[in-house]
Amino acid sequence: MRYLLLIFALAVVVVMVVGGRRGDLSRRPPIELFADMDRQPKLRPQAPNDFFGDGRSSRLGVAGTVARGDHYQDLPINTGHMPGVTNVVESIPAEIKVDEALMNRGQQRFNINCSPCHGAQGDGNGITKRIGAMGVVADLHDPRIVKMTDGELFGIITNGKGLMGAYGPNVPVEDRWAIVAYLRALQLSRLGTLDDVPAPFRAQLKK
Amino acid sequence: MSDIFPKWTNRLPLMMITGALLGGTGVTAGVWYYCTNKYANVGYMPVQPVAFSHAIHADQLGMDCRYCHNAVEKSWYSNIPTSTLCMNCHNQVLKDDPKLALVRESAQSGEPIHWVQIHKVPDYVFFNHSVHVNRGLSCVECHGQVNKMDEVHQAKSLNMTFCLDCHRDPAAHLRPLDKITDLDWQPKSEESQRADGAKFMHDWKVESLQNCSTCHR
Repeated sequence: MRYLLLIFALAVVVVMVVGGRRGDLSRRPPIELFADMDRQPKLRPQAPNDFFGDGRSSRLGVAGTVARGDHYQDLPINTGHMPGVTNVVESIPAEIKVDEALMNRGQQRFNINCSPCHGAQGDGNGITKRIGAMGVVADLHDPRIVKMTDGELFGIITNGKGLMGAYGPNVPVEDRWAIVAYLRALQLSRLGTLDDVPAPFRAQLKK
Repeated sequence: MSDIFPKWTNRLPLMMITGALLGGTGVTAGVWYYCTNKYANVGYMPVQPVAFSHAIHADQLGMDCRYCHNAVEKSWYSNIPTSTLCMNCHNQVLKDDPKLALVRESAQSGEPIHWVQIHKVPDYVFFNHSVHVNRGLSCVECHGQVNKMDEVHQAKSLNMTFCLDCHRDPAAHLRPLDKITDLDWQPKSEESQRADGAKFMHDWKVESLQNCSTCHR
């Protein structure tokens, strides 16, 4: 009987030592004992797949074609400039309705995509500048940038400029216009004078 | 007369019963403890081709999850960003660091980096990221505090009970939409979470969906 208990205790200890605890970190992929149709030979996005020659399941666009739902590339709303020429549009196209929802969206998207470098206030003091990782970051309140037309700003967001990368592939068209609208508000916040403040609030400011 | 059965055989029935009981208990406990996603999947931390640290990017630098996973609000899956997106910063930041050689190469050539997928549900589960993050369910609920992980590992079991726990009681998990990617956010109290959760369920028309066809098609 003693041996029986000893063997049992030993077996328990061995299993616990080999098995470890729940949640222990492991480099090995989970063992899937029963297949259960868990992994099917279907295309899954961004996963390797042997069906196509290049091994990708997510297909790249065919050159010269426009995918359904994609924006046609030659309208001012998509490019920020007039069709066929490089003249930039002066203000946000009429198709984009500038309202509170768009401004809120613009603020959110600005904080996600732009603030890491340009800072939440747009003054070029984002985290990359503060840790000294990036040398030159544009101050968006610079008169040079304030004077740019909406279309020009849209074009820079879309295609990048200098060391800034293109955000066209990552930020949808509507969001880019929303960012432009919000950026205008940010700029106005520094350009405003006392006359811009509604009369009832002026007294408060002077305090 | 010699013994046909030696004396110890008298104890044999007792030993057999004890052995069966112990063995049965042991096997049951072992299966209960080990044969579940809580053991098999939680803690899976594969070596990634590039030593990307979510702790540095999301926590220290304070970048929003959606800077990189930018389609998560529109798409059923949360995308891995392209290498060109990494280069938005890394064309200047650590631009000659050997750790990032693969990223630079990939951005140049267009060949994707073979990141190892960690969080997997079975292929017959149709989980949609966008409906969850657009209606108050934070990344942290399923992925844990990725913003504290240098190397990402699976933090939650993602088994069916895990999904159902939330689907049976969404109000306990919903949070304000501007806190979705704030993985450190905590509700003020249990009561406030109850009250807010119930309000969110009403406002965003969140239902407690428990049909098989909600997830399995």
